[in-house]
Amino acid sequence: MLGAAGFVAFVAVWYVLVHFEVWRFAKLPAPGAILREWVSRKPEFGTSLFTRTYYDDIWASVTRVLAAFALATVLGVPLGILLGWNRIARDFLFPLLELIRPIPPLAWVPLAILMLSSQTAAIVFLTWIAAFFATVLNTMLGVASIDEAYIRAAYCLGSRRWDVLWNVIVPGALPYVFTGLQIGMGVAWFSLVAGEMIAGDAGLGYLILNAYDQLQVSTIVIGMATLGFVGFLSSAAVRWAGSRLMAWQPR
Amino acid sequence: MAAALSPAAAPKGAVSLRSVGKVYAAPGGDVVAVEDWTLEIGAGEFVAVVGPSGCGKTTLLNGIAGFDPITSGEIVLDGKRIASAAVPAKPGADRVVVFQNGALFPWKTVVDNVAYGPIVQRRSSRAEALREARTLLARVGLRDVADAYPSRLSSGVQRRVEMVRALINEPKILLLDEPFRALDATSKAVMHEELLKLYDASHTTVFFITHDLDEAIFLADRVVVSTTRPARVKAILRVDLPRPRDFRMTASSDFLALKAQVADVVHQEAEKAFRRGERELA
Repeated sequence: MLGAAGFVAFVAVWYVLVHFEVWRFAKLPAPGAILREWVSRKPEFGTSLFTRTYYDDIWASVTRVLAAFALATVLGVPLGILLGWNRIARDFLFPLLELIRPIPPLAWVPLAILMLSSQTAAIVFLTWIAAFFATVLNTMLGVASIDEAYIRAAYCLGSRRWDVLWNVIVPGALPYVFTGLQIGMGVAWFSLVAGEMIAGDAGLGYLILNAYDQLQVSTIVIGMATLGFVGFLSSAAVRWAGSRLMAWQPR
Repeated sequence: MAAALSPAAAPKGAVSLRSVGKVYAAPGGDVVAVEDWTLEIGAGEFVAVVGPSGCGKTTLLNGIAGFDPITSGEIVLDGKRIASAAVPAKPGADRVVVFQNGALFPWKTVVDNVAYGPIVQRRSSRAEALREARTLLARVGLRDVADAYPSRLSSGVQRRVEMVRALINEPKILLLDEPFRALDATSKAVMHEELLKLYDASHTTVFFITHDLDEAIFLADRVVVSTTRPARVKAILRVDLPRPRDFRMTASSDFLALKAQVADVVHQEAEKAFRRGERELA
């Protein structure tokens, strides 16, 4: 209820600022104008719920994020477990990762475009890289967070190393793994939009930048709101999967 | 099926601790945690070790469990040397530990926790191990919690489940490291009787660490007083209270006389430790 009130207040403030032309808010369409454009069958700037290209852009972005996120999970979780579980692997790889990790995704743009064959591959790479580091690092912390007593208990109940890995390390690290995946999903959308703005020919980031070039402000806001919506849905999906896999956690 | 806790089992698990010593390398010089610690534990005997906090009791237990190597002496279990300075100990299901703060796997249900040992040891099929776990849980009155996750249970029930998880493996020796430390006095008294029921049914040897003298005397056949660091055996007192034991015995004159005796010895050590300003070593 209070949440709905928050939405109403936000829209009201926006309306007032635009209506009375406070500061440079005159450049922004009023909420009603944007909503009209969004649901129009014949949108002024060519993008609405009834145009094919709108869904093409959403589809392009969503598939890129899903591909990057899946790659980050499939590569990042096992690597994080390995780094947390094996001292040699950690000593060998962790310093390297710590040097690569601070490089902002945007700094990878030129190399990604130069070295990858297609624009889509370059964008997926940029989207992947940030999510990947968040996943690896949190998974590794998750392994380190496991109480030594669980590991000892597993060994004295007759476990082999492999049993401990599957029955203690993996489930014990899971809460941190999902923290990493949540963060990963967030930064994936961030990098995706940056990538699409710089190197895209489709997608919500491209839609926004293209609309900006043609001063179609309504379309910009539609693109932004859509990003908020799909971003929220994807985070909720990760949370849902996490709570399904970790029903054992005290609530 | 469910051979654990069957009254026919013959006692096993005679443990000899022979001049066991443990020296830690620490900044500022080596620390002698345990020195020349010697004790013969009979098969099926319940031994409680008491002593000031940080006196190396847990170090000793970790040596028997095979978590940490000892640096001198040897530990022999049923005629087989399981640890010495030369032979690094390895944990095994013949020596199961119940931990101070509890170590049930929170991500497994009670029955999956209990069946874990038989499953990883490939002692029986998974289905059979789960069946055996349910039988055992039912026998100790824990049928209703079998499918719950540990976080839903009180710490007393968690501890009981953990003891069942240990005993299903029919260990030669059960190692308990102050398992009831976190419980309040009333639940503790109930847990003592539960533990003794399990003990009377299992014939396993028990090595029980505590700093609670009532607990030690009420549970054990012998109470071993360990000195302040470095830990040595200071005194061994036999407890001749009959079994099965009942909480009312804690008010009997025999019990109180014994307690006065133990308290005297422990107090000397506690004072020594206090004067040296020792911190808890755990």
